Amino acid sequence: MLWPRLAKNLFGRPLTDPAPPVPDQVVQALVERLEAAAQQRLGHSLSIREVDTGSCNGCELEINALSNVVHDLERFGLRFVASPRHADVLLVTGPLGRNMRAALERVWECTPDPKWVVAVGDCAVDGGVFKGSYAVEGGIAEALPVDLVIPGCPPTPTQLLEGLLALLEAQALPRATPFWRRDED
Amino acid sequence: MAPDAAAALGRIRAGAPQHARPYERYLLTPTAWAALAEALAVDRGLALLSLWAEPAMVHAAFLAEEEGEILLASCPAQGGHYPALSPARPGAVRFERMIRDLWGLVAEGAEDSRPWLDHGHWGVTGPLSNNPAPNALPPPQPEFLAVEGEGVHQIAVGPVHAAVIEPGHFRFHVQGETVARLEVRLGYAHKGTIGLMLGKSPRAAARYMARLSGDSTVAHSWAFAMAAEAALGVVPPPRALALRALMAELERIHNHLNDWGFACNDSAFAFPHARCGALREAVLRASAAAFGHRLMMDRVVPGGVAQDLAPGGAEAILAALEVAAAEIPVLLQIYENHASLADRVVGTGSLAAALVARFAAGGFIGRATGRGFDARRLPGYAPYADLEVAVPVLPQGDVDARIRIRIAELQESIRLVRGLLKTLPDGELAVPLPQRAGEGVGMVEGFRGECLHWLALDDGGLIRGAFPRDPSWLQWPLLEAAIENNIVADFPLCNKSFNCSYSGVDL
Ligand code: SF4
Repeated sequence: MLWPRLAKNLFGRPLTDPAPPVPDQVVQALVERLEAAAQQRLGHSLSIREVDTGSCNGCELEINALSNVVHDLERFGLRFVASPRHADVLLVTGPLGRNMRAALERVWECTPDPKWVVAVGDCAVDGGVFKGSYAVEGGIAEALPVDLVIPGCPPTPTQLLEGLLALLEAQALPRATPFWRRDED
Repeated sequence: MAPDAAAALGRIRAGAPQHARPYERYLLTPTAWAALAEALAVDRGLALLSLWAEPAMVHAAFLAEEEGEILLASCPAQGGHYPALSPARPGAVRFERMIRDLWGLVAEGAEDSRPWLDHGHWGVTGPLSNNPAPNALPPPQPEFLAVEGEGVHQIAVGPVHAAVIEPGHFRFHVQGETVARLEVRLGYAHKGTIGLMLGKSPRAAARYMARLSGDSTVAHSWAFAMAAEAALGVVPPPRALALRALMAELERIHNHLNDWGFACNDSAFAFPHARCGALREAVLRASAAAFGHRLMMDRVVPGGVAQDLAPGGAEAILAALEVAAAEIPVLLQIYENHASLADRVVGTGSLAAALVARFAAGGFIGRATGRGFDARRLPGYAPYADLEVAVPVLPQGDVDARIRIRIAELQESIRLVRGLLKTLPDGELAVPLPQRAGEGVGMVEGFRGECLHWLALDDGGLIRGAFPRDPSWLQWPLLEAAIENNIVADFPLCNKSFNCSYSGVDL
């Protein structure tokens, strides 16, 4: 039965992992990028639209794993949205496939400003192993201004989380320490 | 044996043997190939598994279902043409479209001659032919099959989807709430993978096959390695084979858990999704502890495996599986006892057994529709012969049956992993690969079905030709059939119950 299980879980230990350490240099670099662009800060949470421009689906597996109960992305104020029109962040995976360039550009145009572009995985960084193919233009930066790269093949959910938290910190309004950094004080 | 099957088989065997291993490839003349196409039209016994090309030559792989025999046939494409197989085998349609796009070879009498992978953006046509032609034309508008009738309208979805999934376009023709026809347009994830492999050693090309479809990285790496080893006549050490099977079963477990959870989620029942996600995460972490990578990418290499089971790895795997094994029966009970869930999955997305047989669809899609093919049993490969794999089969062909097959396979895979860890042989992890010519075929049962790889090496041991056939090639067309006469709102659920690979077929 479902209900006794739920009751048991209410009194059990949480499954969720603690947040990973966020690299200060990455936050600093993002803040500088933000200031240089005189970009408006977005506040406390970020809505993410994922775009696959030709990945092998390995990166998608790990991005989806961010939403499982162990990583629980939403507790940080990060969530995936269904449309680029609702997004602050484009999380792009895969090499820039020639068959996907037009779609990626349209997604970018549909995403309201201010917006961030994050290239996820070795493929999105520079084409990865698919560099040099007739069907691939290279990394995502060939088409869009990339703000943050999260390398890895695929990056682990922890590495993804580090990058996304850095983004969240960089663009947050000056305020109290985020909860995942409180232990450091 | 059906007499027609004998006729078709006989026509293939009458060709000139080309020394492919372990399954022979017979070279036919274009006339003999045309006669084969005719024999296939009346024969049900010979399933088309794959169709691909090299410059000026077309190859096909067949399975004689009753005999359990696999054999290959080839036809020279004179003047860039060859007789189509699609009138006799519907599964050939997309292969023929792909062959035209990649090698520029035209199937005469084909059922469908629209482009498939080539959307007009590559700057060349026939990129794998001997003389790719520059292409500066603006990309053409895609054409979709028309549906006539009162009140029919279209819904276009993709290539960018609402969920975190791969790119593809779905064109629905809808009458009211009901889907009259779905047409899937793929090719968005085309990376030119085969082109990148040509001229490389099997060892260097293995990384592309580990990235054909990330969720099946172990299965494809293994099938590719098996083809290379068959081509070169080498046998990997027993420990390597056992570790490959261990990784392949872990891959099956994490994918089945993932999709079971997602299918429940798409039926608005979040609890199993949350639990399956947690169990799967534990399996991935155990895989990382045991093999240094959560998805076990690049661990299977031609000749053996790239690394041994890490100290503590076996314990980590067993611990993760113990939790899963204890919880799966509980989750299954929850799955079975909730009417709201049963209402969504039972009878939804049904497939007819005859259609599944015509496409020779493998994996849980075949086994949920009465087709019991599992490459671990037939043709069978080491180390599975000693493990006596149980293969669950159900007749219903709906979303529920596909989920139940996967739950049963999940439990069987847990049993297999435990057995493999208990009997892990000692010894070497890999054998060196000689550098010489050869041609080989490898077939490995991934979580979706059989991954079938063909590989030809030149005198220097470098890749002259390759074709990795993901099981989704023969499953995608069935998704189109499964959703017919269902409501649009059930599409995500149907789609998840198939979970075909995009990257795997987009190449
Ligand atoms: S970075 Fe690796 S996992 Fe991600 S899409 Fe590329 S090959 Fe796949």
